[in-house]
Amino acid sequence: MEGFVAAYIFMLAAFTGYEVISRVPVILHTPLMSGSNFIHGVVLVGAMVALGNADTPLEQAIGFVAVLLGAANAAGGYVVTERMLAMFKNEKKGN
Amino acid sequence: MQEIRWLISASYFIAAILFILGLKKMSSPVTARKGIVWAGLGMVLATLVTFLTPGMPTGNIVLMTIAIAIGGSIAWVSGKKVAMTDMPQMVAIYNGMGGGAAAGIAAVEFARGHMAGTMLFTLATLGALIGSVSFSGSCVAFAKLQGLMKKAYRLPAQNTVNIALALVTLGLGIAIVWLGQAASPDPIHDLLFGKGPLAVPPWLLVGFFICALALGVVVTLPIGGADMPVVISLFNAFTGLAVGFEGYVMGNPALIIAGIVVGAAGTLLTQLMAKAMNRPITNILFQPISGEAQASGTVNGTMKEVSALDAAAMMHYANKVIIIPGYGMAVAGAQHKVREMTEWLENAGVDVRFAIHPVAGRMPGHMNVLLAEAGVPYDKIFDLEEINSDFNQADIALVIGANDVVNPVARTDKASPIYGMPILNADYASQVIVVKRGQGAGYSGIENALFYMENCRMLYGSAQKVIADVIQNLKTME
Repeated sequence: MEGFVAAYIFMLAAFTGYEVISRVPVILHTPLMSGSNFIHGVVLVGAMVALGNADTPLEQAIGFVAVLLGAANAAGGYVVTERMLAMFKNEKKGN
Repeated sequence: MQEIRWLISASYFIAAILFILGLKKMSSPVTARKGIVWAGLGMVLATLVTFLTPGMPTGNIVLMTIAIAIGGSIAWVSGKKVAMTDMPQMVAIYNGMGGGAAAGIAAVEFARGHMAGTMLFTLATLGALIGSVSFSGSCVAFAKLQGLMKKAYRLPAQNTVNIALALVTLGLGIAIVWLGQAASPDPIHDLLFGKGPLAVPPWLLVGFFICALALGVVVTLPIGGADMPVVISLFNAFTGLAVGFEGYVMGNPALIIAGIVVGAAGTLLTQLMAKAMNRPITNILFQPISGEAQASGTVNGTMKEVSALDAAAMMHYANKVIIIPGYGMAVAGAQHKVREMTEWLENAGVDVRFAIHPVAGRMPGHMNVLLAEAGVPYDKIFDLEEINSDFNQADIALVIGANDVVNPVARTDKASPIYGMPILNADYASQVIVVKRGQGAGYSGIENALFYMENCRMLYGSAQKVIADVIQNLKTME
């Protein structure tokens, strides 16, 4: 990837993350930490490509572990966040 | 072939948008549930199209399907089964796995040896370092919160060890970047290092990963339970950064965007938490509150016990009660009993409210989540700033399994390690009742001056049982 294009992406993404979070009520801190934990589970995609390109058994073994860990990050992150946020159901009706 | 590549790129683009919108929605209580679903759709889309990537041998695709099935299903089931009170450590361990995956990507790329250019090597190495630290550190955090590891261990000369190990790891990393400069010409590298040799020896890589993993362990070991939320959040931001860096290595903008967004958001979240505790991140990492601190600040007086009957009567005839829940309530799983007790009190005409310290429990918002689970309405739950001025008018402050967050020495004793931390002013209430398992000091090991005050009564026992007793007694007063 062109060096500066990547640098721009880095910069804009950093601002986005900062802005998105900057006004959050305390009650959402835990679900939000959990939710952002889920989102970086997209590392799974990178691990899949790395394993896909692997040539030697060593690379395949490391890639396999990476995919396994990435999948656990994504799946576990989703379930836990979903369960936390499920509790906000009642409140919506109340308001 | 061209069409497939376009389809994949377009899908990653859509996934990135879904991640950002999902995160945005998750930052408001009204839309939070939609947010996770949107982000989830993005994840499914990105994962599915990745299978279409051209040029992947079938054997590797089979391997990755198996890995996803194993990792995904184990995490899914354990995430479904875990009790609400154990959520913090689950977040920690899943986050650590993400960091491990990022480090794994770097390891595969190092092993393949196709990377070229200083920028690529630098980011791959940085991502590997941060990911490894996040992985091993999160595992330690998990072990501590899960109770597999009881105490905070402190090595002699802890900070020196930390810094030395960090320097060694960095040194190895720089060596990798230096040696890793591949055959293709790269002006930045030539400028910085001159034309260098081309291969990275395997022992260097192995040594680097071992040091990085060890670094995560030694940094996390001495950190006590009260600081855990901040550390988990910090590692969450770390993993985000590592994912972003490896995204650059893989040439995948979806990874870069998701990773860096989480890195930035996580950093901000970490700062908010650290601020709430009035403990800068550097203090948390390098000057953990430890048991030794309790020597400073002995407290005079005695703790006065109260029975469940008396406590019930005091609250029954009070006008205003403020409940301060802490980790002790979570451990005992007493939130449902507390909700029930609240209802009995309200039937008796008592105004009951909840005061939540920003770092109560093991994560910010942990108490809110537990009380929500038990069915306590949100309009009864207040933040520190909202309710702290009301303790003056409260008849009873009921502290359930909280300790350091109500310790008045944070206001008065300059020598105390928690001096300056904002606390809930429970001591300003006319009467304080503290539900506590035993007579020991809090998680930080600091004596709590509140417990010895004239207007404070101790109600000993597990929160679950004690509150049940109080409810029994309240019933007899109807």
